[in-house]
Amino acid sequence: MFYQESGQFSTRYRQDGRALRLWQQRAALWALLALAFGLLPFIGNDYWFSAILIPFLVLSLAGLGLNLLTGYAGQLSLGSAAFMAVGAFASYKLQFLLPGLPLLLSFVAGGVVAAAVGVVFGLPSLRIKGFYLLVSTLAAQFFVEWLLTKFAWFSNGNESGVITAPPLLVAGHDFGSPAGRYLLTLSVVLPLFVLAANLVRSSLGRNWMAVRDMDTAAAVIGIPILRTKLLAFAISSFILGVAGSLWAFTYLGTVEPHGFDLSRSFQVLFIIILGGMGSILGNFLGAAFIVLLPIVLSILSGSLLSGVLPAGQLENLQKIIFGVLIILFLIKEPDGLARLWQGWRARARLWPLRF
Amino acid sequence: MSFFMEVLLGGLLAGVMYSLVAIGFVLIYKASGVFNFAQGSMVLFAALTFVSLLERGLPFWLSFVISLLSMLLLALLLERLVLRHLVNRPPITLFMATLGLSYVVEGVAQALWGAQVHGLDLGIEDTPLELGGLMLSRFDLFAAGSAGLLVLLLSLLFNKTRIGLSLRAVADDQLAALAVGIRLQRMWVLVWAVAGLVGLVAGLLWGARLGVQFSLSLIVLKALPVLIIGGFTSIGGAIVGGLIVGASEKLAEVYLGPLLSGGIENWFPYVLALLFLLLRPAGLFGERAIERV
Repeated sequence: MFYQESGQFSTRYRQDGRALRLWQQRAALWALLALAFGLLPFIGNDYWFSAILIPFLVLSLAGLGLNLLTGYAGQLSLGSAAFMAVGAFASYKLQFLLPGLPLLLSFVAGGVVAAAVGVVFGLPSLRIKGFYLLVSTLAAQFFVEWLLTKFAWFSNGNESGVITAPPLLVAGHDFGSPAGRYLLTLSVVLPLFVLAANLVRSSLGRNWMAVRDMDTAAAVIGIPILRTKLLAFAISSFILGVAGSLWAFTYLGTVEPHGFDLSRSFQVLFIIILGGMGSILGNFLGAAFIVLLPIVLSILSGSLLSGVLPAGQLENLQKIIFGVLIILFLIKEPDGLARLWQGWRARARLWPLRF
Repeated sequence: MSFFMEVLLGGLLAGVMYSLVAIGFVLIYKASGVFNFAQGSMVLFAALTFVSLLERGLPFWLSFVISLLSMLLLALLLERLVLRHLVNRPPITLFMATLGLSYVVEGVAQALWGAQVHGLDLGIEDTPLELGGLMLSRFDLFAAGSAGLLVLLLSLLFNKTRIGLSLRAVADDQLAALAVGIRLQRMWVLVWAVAGLVGLVAGLLWGARLGVQFSLSLIVLKALPVLIIGGFTSIGGAIVGGLIVGASEKLAEVYLGPLLSGGIENWFPYVLALLFLLLRPAGLFGERAIERV
């Protein structure tokens, strides 16, 4: 009943090409946007912004980047954090070298540098397939981490490698407060999501999916494999790079290589497994899940098991629950939370009838 | 020159330890097509169980047997609870399931036995041994010896027994193996348990070297380039790959490291593996996949 397609016809090609073809979907989107931009900045408190909303948004963006590469183009990657690190450090370094550079432009530049690095480590994907490709992405992960820690140039001679991010000034306004950082993050993340949502419906997106499903077949029907795969690496790394800049600038407030280690790569991978491979919405769902799970678990164990469980065991318990959830999802719902959402929508369409 | 030889031999012996981890991978990949990222956690689990039992006063052989039984139990549970439900899923799904598995195994191991570092003394003195003018670590030689013995036993198992025949059949063609009456699920349990045994041996050797602690599970990352160079489906490849990685890693650290301000052993094997892959996309001994639509 909530969803009624009846009576909504496309009479123009423009209408036919819309990402959201039902007015209910568009209304829901506008309502969400109004909520995110208009209401949340005023009612949220600092804890919500700094500990939940900002990491949620940035991780969604990182998930999107990996999802384009893994979920849409089918190239498995364990190097997401490396590309995030490249983006963060490139943004920082550019801010430092060109003092007048607008902040948003340095985010974009960070993304571009990350894209270039992504293409370099994506080159082997033309010859290497499947699990063998993990090596290339892991090489990226370890090499970038090593490069950023070992060479002081990247962190401006700072011994610990940890640098404070510059103030968040956009067009003269200071976005340094938690609510401001949230707004800034949101306004960077959303356009990229719109871009990606349209990209996967374009011919490039269709090429990616063809390559994912069977790259030999895709080559036979004339899809340029070289361009398709490298563009997947470039665009994915661009988005990851921007996500990395946001992670360092708006979430952590510091730029450091250790924030981008292998466990971050796994975290991003889990976001897309849990959220849904090959789904745009899934990135939000997966990221929300990843951000909220530890918080919920610690609250639960704090109230239920306080005193019963030694402090060290909580971490182990979290790990076990996490692993079990991953396996459960893969067994029961391989398409992730996004698929659950779709199922719920399909039922809501017919409700209160069953068929 | 003798310094070069010492570095080379030291690297080769260290490489044997990498091979041990890689062999566990190869066994599972061949029999069930699963790229088992949890091999490192299995090494940790086995070693931690062994050490904890030993510290509670059990004799060496009993701890070994109990650890082995726990690995068998792990294999049984795994087949019943995970693998059985993931039949016919794409390999990437299975891989990600083992990622989840590695979290569970690490969590359980540390919840059971605690997270502190355990020392492990296998009773081998790590004194240098002089052989033909070269100084070699006695422990490394012992490790290489036990790895050699293990490989010998495995190859006997694979080539001379009925179980080995079934395992080779499963590795060759799962459907055909099913058709001639081989119980696939039993074979999976078996091969995961054997991988557990290999993991236990690797865990003991690595544990004696580094102490039994969480970082043991990270040797999976060392084994990956070994696998890539050797190919996913060949035990011989895993050994050769281990030797290549071990030797080149040490040589690079000694000769190339100072030029690049050190610490390159983390990524060097990967770059090496990448170079190998560009020449031979399926590893040195891997099966070349025929692609058709």
